Amino acid sequence: MARLLPHPLLTPLLALVWLLLNNSFSTGHLLLGLLLGWLIPLFTLRFWPDAVKIGRPLTLMRFVGIFLLDVVVANFGVARLILGSPDRLRPAFVEVPLDLRTDLAISLLANTISLTPGTVSAWLSPDRRTLIVHGLDVDDPAELVATIKQRYETPLREVFE
Amino acid sequence: MLDYLLAFLILLGAGFTFIGSLGLARLPDFYTRLHGPTKATTLGVGAMLVASAIHFSVGEGGPSLHELLVTLFLFITAPVSAHLLSKAGLHLRLRSRAPAPGKASGEQRD
Repeated sequence: MARLLPHPLLTPLLALVWLLLNNSFSTGHLLLGLLLGWLIPLFTLRFWPDAVKIGRPLTLMRFVGIFLLDVVVANFGVARLILGSPDRLRPAFVEVPLDLRTDLAISLLANTISLTPGTVSAWLSPDRRTLIVHGLDVDDPAELVATIKQRYETPLREVFE
Repeated sequence: MLDYLLAFLILLGAGFTFIGSLGLARLPDFYTRLHGPTKATTLGVGAMLVASAIHFSVGEGGPSLHELLVTLFLFITAPVSAHLLSKAGLHLRLRSRAPAPGKASGEQRD
């Protein structure tokens, strides 16, 4: 079973993407989508050998909610900083020590950081223990690190590890 | 009524996209300039896509949800390109207003 269907979660997701791409929810496209969703993970198995497990769906949903809200807030924040006087910005690099261990969780955290308030993930150390983050206007580096760890890393760890 | 909503969303989207591009010109160094395109534009494009979804769902009968995919792909790709750009920037030791992180530049010396 595990060999025939290596990614049980990826199959319905790819089928859904296929339906959205075609903008049609007919039975034919659903079957084709499921076929693609079954075949693509088989052919790309070497790229992700481990199956994705979602530990707590509720935590994941709350995380997505917080994330979307933060994206909107981030947009207004960055817009204000751009329109304000750029000379008063306090850009800084901060080091975030990572507790996450799986590649997927680390990439999700890096993406989340890049899309939310005033931060872009800039560099991941080769041993995957430190993520360097560039902040656009950093008041207190320690506080920024604590916020990232508590707001995004903790839920990601609960869900994916 | 619907037209007003659509016009508002499109103008909002255009406004944020413009501010994001303005950031490229106004912000002081390479790393701060990355912030404009990754963020201000997500809401800009997002607002336009919502407008598009509403317009086509109402207009041609049957929901149009293509736009969800565009949002999804944008959310996946925008941060990755920003990450690669800043990684290349650190590697080349570009001029930066923030002190460069010792760890990254030290270990990246080839």
